[in-house]
Amino acid sequence: MILSRREALVLALGSVAAAAIPMAALASVDDAVAAFTGGAAVTDGAGVTLTAPEIAENGNTVPVSVDAPGASAILILAAGNPTPAVATFNFGELAGAHMASTRIRLSKTQDVVAIAKLADGTFVRTSSEVKVTIGGCGG
Amino acid sequence: MANDVKPRVKVPKSAKAGEAVVLKTLISHPMESGQRKDKDGALIPRSIINRFTCDFNGKNVIDVTLEPAISTNPYIEFEAMIGEAGEFKFTWYDDDGSVYEDSKPIEFA
Amino acid sequence: MKQRKITTALAATAMLGFAFTGAAFAEPVDDALVIDGTEITIRAPAPAHLNGALPDLVSGWAFRDTETRAMQMDDFDNPGMIFVDRGLDTWNAVDGTEGKSCASCHEGPESMAGLRAVTPRVDEKTGKVMNIEAYVNDCRTTRMGAEALNLRGAQMTDMLALISHQSRGQLMNVAIDGANAPIYEQGKEIYYTRYGQLEMSCANCHEDNYGNYIRSDHLSQGQTNGFPVYRLKDAGLVSPQSRFVGCVRDTRAETFKAGSDEFNALELYVASRGNGLAVEGVSVRH
Repeated sequence: MILSRREALVLALGSVAAAAIPMAALASVDDAVAAFTGGAAVTDGAGVTLTAPEIAENGNTVPVSVDAPGASAILILAAGNPTPAVATFNFGELAGAHMASTRIRLSKTQDVVAIAKLADGTFVRTSSEVKVTIGGCGG
Repeated sequence: MANDVKPRVKVPKSAKAGEAVVLKTLISHPMESGQRKDKDGALIPRSIINRFTCDFNGKNVIDVTLEPAISTNPYIEFEAMIGEAGEFKFTWYDDDGSVYEDSKPIEFA
Repeated sequence: MKQRKITTALAATAMLGFAFTGAAFAEPVDDALVIDGTEITIRAPAPAHLNGALPDLVSGWAFRDTETRAMQMDDFDNPGMIFVDRGLDTWNAVDGTEGKSCASCHEGPESMAGLRAVTPRVDEKTGKVMNIEAYVNDCRTTRMGAEALNLRGAQMTDMLALISHQSRGQLMNVAIDGANAPIYEQGKEIYYTRYGQLEMSCANCHEDNYGNYIRSDHLSQGQTNGFPVYRLKDAGLVSPQSRFVGCVRDTRAETFKAGSDEFNALELYVASRGNGLAVEGVSVRH
């Protein structure tokens, strides 16, 4: 096959684009969300708060907190991880504030996503970008 | 894999009516993700704590599903609202079938 | 702190990507380290024996990000503290032919209070450099009839955490005279020797460039008062000599082994550079 310069360029750009957007990862984010929501609509905005550092000193241990008053459950996803699911907090009848904090692994700079199932059964979503730095000293 | 697994929990001495108490938990565990390879290039099998629960006098406070993206030595902090004295029971479930438990009493004023 | 100049920037190391850079937030923070209501000394005048090599002493804690610093300010949030608990299990565990545990002779671990602040030190009778690990293994092999622990293994770092914790807040005061003097000199020699393909000495990073960035790592003074540290990268405890192994390897050198004469001497010397800073027992770093 002989490619024109334009065709070669298009092919090259296409492969760059394919490399930049890992389709499998995107699909698995959708899957993880669908598994949590059962396919119900998710709206951005008020009702759920995610607290994460802007810059993580080390991606291996990143402190994050989620808070959604009245929520029955909160899902945390790391959209850029090889496997996006991080944790699901299901609040029981004795839960105080519907909040939880944990420490998570982030493979690179990415959006951390929190989706809450509110008391009325609707789903709200928020996200926060965490920049993961790469240290100079390997050991 | 379950060697040296040790839980640690922090519960206040007492709770008041209408005030939530903050509970903190940590358990020493490698949380092997299943993504890493050993020196020979072979995948190290996944071995994590996959679920954590906290109950108070038999009623549930929180039930958490943990994935491999939770850091080594998993830390979970949350709140409970109780109306009586009693005992918090904390349970961690390991991939290998092991179950680790801890409990702490609390007074109610 | 005053603005500091980059005093070492070798062309060769720059080519290999190990350039030092200053940045807007490069200085250590001014915050105080308060753990559960008790302030820990993280700044001190430099000891006289440094002859001005450092203007003053600053704990590595002050060089870390907000979230990392916060983790050390609460003994529950500090993930290293679970290894203090685990060290207590080892302390109380009977092992060896004599049927003894550490507790059989020493009772509670609080009997070790102060030891971490004055070690490493040279045992005048044997001439050996004794750090915490050496004391633990000496007891195990000569009194308990048990096997020596791996210097970099989990049980030993648990013990190091437990014993270091007993000295929290006490000021580092490692002797540089008497029997320690020749070891101090040996350690000092190693500290200023360039190692590896990158030809870097400890001083190139931790004396000439602390406060600056090496890639995205904010260089500290390389003090040992916080050790063992819970390193977020490793999600586990790191002993001083494990850290030395990592540092020297990063210069692309064959490293000395933990427990070698060289690293024992270096540990004594580096510890003495921090005389006046408090034992943190145990700290959190990245």
